[in-house]
Amino acid sequence: MSMTNYYNDEDLERFGDIGKHSPELFKKFMDWYTSALQPGILSKREKVLIGLAVAHAVQCPYCIDAYTKSCLEEGMSLEHITEAVHVASAVRGGASLIHGIQAHNAAGKISL
Amino acid sequence: MHFEEKILTIQPVPLHATGIEILQVNLGYRCNMTCKHCHVQAGPDRDEIMDIRNIEGVLSVLKENRIKTLDITGGAPELNPGFRYLVEEARHAGCHVIARSNLTIFYEPGMEDLFDFYSRNNVEIIASLPYFREADVDNVRGNGAFRRSINTLQKLNNLGYGNDKKLNLVYNPPGAFLPPSQAAIEEEYRRELKRNFDVSFHSLYTFANMPVGRFREFLIRSKNYDKYLRKLTDAFNPETLQGIMCRHIVNVGWDGTLYDCDFNQMSGLKVSDGYPRTIRDFDYHVLAGRRIAVDDHCYGCTAGQGST
Repeated sequence: MSMTNYYNDEDLERFGDIGKHSPELFKKFMDWYTSALQPGILSKREKVLIGLAVAHAVQCPYCIDAYTKSCLEEGMSLEHITEAVHVASAVRGGASLIHGIQAHNAAGKISL
Repeated sequence: MHFEEKILTIQPVPLHATGIEILQVNLGYRCNMTCKHCHVQAGPDRDEIMDIRNIEGVLSVLKENRIKTLDITGGAPELNPGFRYLVEEARHAGCHVIARSNLTIFYEPGMEDLFDFYSRNNVEIIASLPYFREADVDNVRGNGAFRRSINTLQKLNNLGYGNDKKLNLVYNPPGAFLPPSQAAIEEEYRRELKRNFDVSFHSLYTFANMPVGRFREFLIRSKNYDKYLRKLTDAFNPETLQGIMCRHIVNVGWDGTLYDCDFNQMSGLKVSDGYPRTIRDFDYHVLAGRRIAVDDHCYGCTAGQGST
């Protein structure tokens, strides 16, 4: 029995196909995306590293593939990449942990 | 689209040389290292070495044509027994001499005087250092390569290299991807090498790996060849054509054959038909305006900011 793959790396190159059904919206998205990635006060290097961290936080395999390559092409090593993934993971972990206060608050409301 | 056709979409005529500012000489393919990305496929077992007859031919061409710069490469060019003679004679003739050194050759037998030799002759050194971290360098160049390279750079600094004597480093990507701009990575190289090892240098060159030699084998083996070629062609930048290396140099192979660049040499692509093809037949005026022989690996020199 063959396995179905929801994620295929070839699909990354088919991203433009999304634009076939609402080209105007896709064009707006692409213009915005391209502009957001252009060097500004932040360098291209800083922006692709942010992209890599966000890719891990949202756990998008396509984005992880693309931004890992972008980081390498900006001269970064696996050490840079791993540190960035730790930042993303730590923020995600912290985001869960801070909600412990919600649990404490909820418990406090109904406890003696 | 093939590179030759691509050029004709940018300009009405094929690529031609605009002069000969540099004579680049490959003294042979023997090397003490077997780096994974080497386009020459150099190593200790290679026995292609330029003989004294061709070295004399190179010196005659330099002197008769007043070519200002001699760029010596290999393999490890220092392993050629005629290396020191070539450097000294070229310097006596008033040439600026550049040597492409792997930085680890200094610790091979017979190389004890190499630091003093380079310094005494004020040879500009262009040295391969693929990264500023040990693990990344050793992965590409072999265990211990980084430590030995850093020791060499420290000793060269003590002799004035990185200060009044020219010392430039070369970054190549450790895989099937393009290099960053020089500006993006040079500052980090400078900061890390200074902070960790007190090493200084002038400039960092960021060069794309050509799909030639050992790197080509890696691309094929890892099934990245087609993707990498597409990446190079997609990144074609017509602005690189003006300064592209082949338009300003002639490259000489270990057997005296003439090429447009070292990558053409490794691809067996000689200067175009109808032009002098050996150092013995060198004719400055004919070669200075020659038509450049191109193939699809040339996309490697025109990708992004270019690699020259």
